[in-house]
Amino acid sequence: MASKSFSDKVWSFFASIKLAVVLFALIGLTSIVGTIIEQQAPYRTNIEVLTHFVGAGLAPSAYKALHALGFMNMYRSWWFLTLLMLFAVNLLVCSTERFPGIWRTMRAPMRPLSADAMIKMSIRKEFRLHDSPAALEKKAVSGMKSLGFRAARHEEEGGAFELYAQKHAWSRSGVYVTHFSILVILIGALLGIFLGFQGMLNLPEGYSTNIAFSRSADLSDPSQDSLRASLMSGLDAAGGNFRLAAQAAGEDVAAFKKSLERVGLIPLDFHVLCQQFEVRYYGTSDMPRSYRSLLTVIKGGRPVLSQWVRVNHPLTYDGVTFYQSSYGLMDDLSNGTAVLTVKSPGGQTGTQRLKIGQSFLIPGTKETVKLVEFNPALAFDDSGRPITYSRMMTNPAVRVEIKDGKMAASKWILQRYPETWNLPDGSSVGLKDFWGVEYTGLEVRKDPGVWVVYLGCITLSLGLFMAFFLSHKKIWVRIEPGRKGARLLIAGTSSKNKQAFERDMEKLYREFEKGGG
Amino acid sequence: MESSFFFGLSTMAYMLAMVVYIVHIAFRKKAIGVSATGLTVFGFAAQTLALGLRWHEFYQLSGMGILRSIPLTNLYESLIFFVWCLILGYLIVEFRYKNRSFGAFVTPVAGIALLFISLSGMSTQIEPLVPALQSNWLLAHVTLSFISYSAFALAFSTGLMYLVATTEKKTEGSYIFWTVSLGIFVSVLLAMGLDFVRFRGAGLAPGSGAFIRDFLFKSSFESGSGAVRLISYIAAVAIVFLTWRYGTALKRVIESFKLQPAVLDEVTYKSIAIGFPIFTLGALVFGAIWANQAWGVYWSWDPKETWSLITWFIYAFYLHARFLRGWRGRKISMVAVMGFVAVVFTYLGVNLLLSGLHSYGSQ
Ligand code: HEM
Repeated sequence: MASKSFSDKVWSFFASIKLAVVLFALIGLTSIVGTIIEQQAPYRTNIEVLTHFVGAGLAPSAYKALHALGFMNMYRSWWFLTLLMLFAVNLLVCSTERFPGIWRTMRAPMRPLSADAMIKMSIRKEFRLHDSPAALEKKAVSGMKSLGFRAARHEEEGGAFELYAQKHAWSRSGVYVTHFSILVILIGALLGIFLGFQGMLNLPEGYSTNIAFSRSADLSDPSQDSLRASLMSGLDAAGGNFRLAAQAAGEDVAAFKKSLERVGLIPLDFHVLCQQFEVRYYGTSDMPRSYRSLLTVIKGGRPVLSQWVRVNHPLTYDGVTFYQSSYGLMDDLSNGTAVLTVKSPGGQTGTQRLKIGQSFLIPGTKETVKLVEFNPALAFDDSGRPITYSRMMTNPAVRVEIKDGKMAASKWILQRYPETWNLPDGSSVGLKDFWGVEYTGLEVRKDPGVWVVYLGCITLSLGLFMAFFLSHKKIWVRIEPGRKGARLLIAGTSSKNKQAFERDMEKLYREFEKGGG
Repeated sequence: MESSFFFGLSTMAYMLAMVVYIVHIAFRKKAIGVSATGLTVFGFAAQTLALGLRWHEFYQLSGMGILRSIPLTNLYESLIFFVWCLILGYLIVEFRYKNRSFGAFVTPVAGIALLFISLSGMSTQIEPLVPALQSNWLLAHVTLSFISYSAFALAFSTGLMYLVATTEKKTEGSYIFWTVSLGIFVSVLLAMGLDFVRFRGAGLAPGSGAFIRDFLFKSSFESGSGAVRLISYIAAVAIVFLTWRYGTALKRVIESFKLQPAVLDEVTYKSIAIGFPIFTLGALVFGAIWANQAWGVYWSWDPKETWSLITWFIYAFYLHARFLRGWRGRKISMVAVMGFVAVVFTYLGVNLLLSGLHSYGSQ
């Protein structure tokens, strides 16, 4: 026997089912470790987890060892990706090796069978009937048709003839469609890793930028810290516009982009502006029912697209998608603008925008209203003093001072409680919004592979459906006319689910049992 | 009418049905069998009504579309739905195979699930949906996931019965496997029972979330006192040992079912053959699409996702071992049992155990 060539050996290594079992086990077991160690978590989190298992004394050295092996970010580690790649190659080689055989079975035209071969089949039945061959043929054809088979006819020399048909031959490829889909999904994932990015952006109301912050950047290299800090302050000075920042630094835009990317900043080809951010709550609770931001895409200085973005309803422009993910309150509340609805005693309504310290006159009255202070989450403590009960804008309120000549009064107006809007003289001042102090938290993603992944998911589902719910079925009906009536042989095979097929066959037998024989 | 009334009714009906199924096995009287089936059907009808009512209650409360209001948003509701699917699957099998003996194995699973609901003190309140859950994919994802879980639960029951019925020697790997698994299962359940008694003793209301964080296994394996920890582990080992020692008694019970092992093997395979494609589509594919819509990543290797992938691998292994290696009987039944252990871990363990370690998923 000739010794196998090297490439043959590699091939059979990858074609082996044993390798598949080993890879299944390795991927499964290491994944379990990855669910116990919290991924990409701060040092302290996992030290706590490890203390739980090995005690406080050993935890730091266990951490060191696991860190060196890449378990702290294991799903992106080289060895885990290698396991996935080996798995893909295994699957490809395994399927490639068997596919030609299945392909031939699928494509092979169906042949009539001899009586002997039919008698050897496990699903078969024999009748002796007095009907004429033509009548039997008619019954057979219609019986097969009602089961979804279109019969072909083959005639033999002695006058015997056979009707035969097959169904769903292509379903044999279901297994391969399934396997191939898994490869398609992996390819899609790779496309996403290499051509896309995962970023985030906290964008305050009224701000626009053409920069996002990478989520997958490796920020562990301290030598990049100073570059990052100087780039960030340059960007701040340029109002979040990296083109202006490049100009100010006297650098070429392309080179500037490169240095941005190196420190985990993602330059975009357009600006995104947050015009407005809103939260709605369940009833009077502080549980958010929905929140949304009005985003505008600005390209070449002109707005090209405006859309409300909510959770589950992202905005996509130029391959980049913005997902609503969180929100928050800025540290500096002094730059906000109150948006007030004003109703005069006469019934006319209008809107007023003003900052802290500014005032206005209610039309048709002598009352001036001055905005004194803003509280994002107003509550009162036991002694009736106002406090701020949360670090979100859960109960925005403004305190106004109302003066009509001699009298001055101070009053809290709460956005979520319209009963606080009424003034003594019948006019009302409502707080519609306190604009410019909240930011919207956006995920910024580009994943050109996602449609490949979806395609793979669709074909995966189709392949599984073919593999489990369809089977390749064949039926033969042989009619041999004799002197007294005819001998009828019926046989069939099914690649799967024999029981269901037998029930179908019973229906076919009954066609002939009815006629008596 | 309150949905909880009908939920209570169905729980009672299933518990009673369990007893009657067991009596039926002992006496083999047709009338007893029919009344067991009748009770199950009654429980199922009550539960269906309860689900409908709760759906309606949720719909009125949430003020969202009817599809968005499907009551499948927390652990409590999903467990109820799981039991519903399981009983439906069982009734189909009973009518198809004209055999009531499975009932004695499936109704306890339903009963334990329902018992677990009240034992763990999880919230039974209708909770408003956080924005991420307001998606039509939720309906498709959760319903199909639970249909597949139910199919896997059925495969687990028949796989375990197969093991119980066909293992002889106490030194045999498959005998050790099933007795040890069962022993561990019983120990964990008992430990949780203890926690629950303490939790209630502390006067805490169910659903406060404190149960998982402050009480789970704290009166046994995770106790502050070393002695209690030691005793707990010794007790658990003793339970496992006793199951191993007297497991053959269970074998005699199963033998009295007069089920052919080949039928059990076949039902196990069929359930997995139905569950696997549904799991793939519903849990993995729809879950990925939903995640992509809500967060912009179709796969983020979070523990829940990772555990469903592990589950998927185990069932893929089952299918390959059966078709490529021709595994049958005891070997393959063990894989079916392990698959369901992974299902339970994906579903409960990730929330209950890993959340004790991490910050997420305390619901
Ligand atoms: C998680 C990944 C995988 C999935 C979901 C999967 C799925 C399937 C399914 C559903 C079947 C049909 C089983 C049946 O007939 O009931 C099958 C068969 C098969 N699989 Fe996989 N598979 C996977 C990985 C692999 C790998 C890595 C290999 C290669 C070593 C492999 C090799 C095979 C072979 C050779 C068959 C039998 C094909 C035939 O009947 O001719 N599979 N697979």
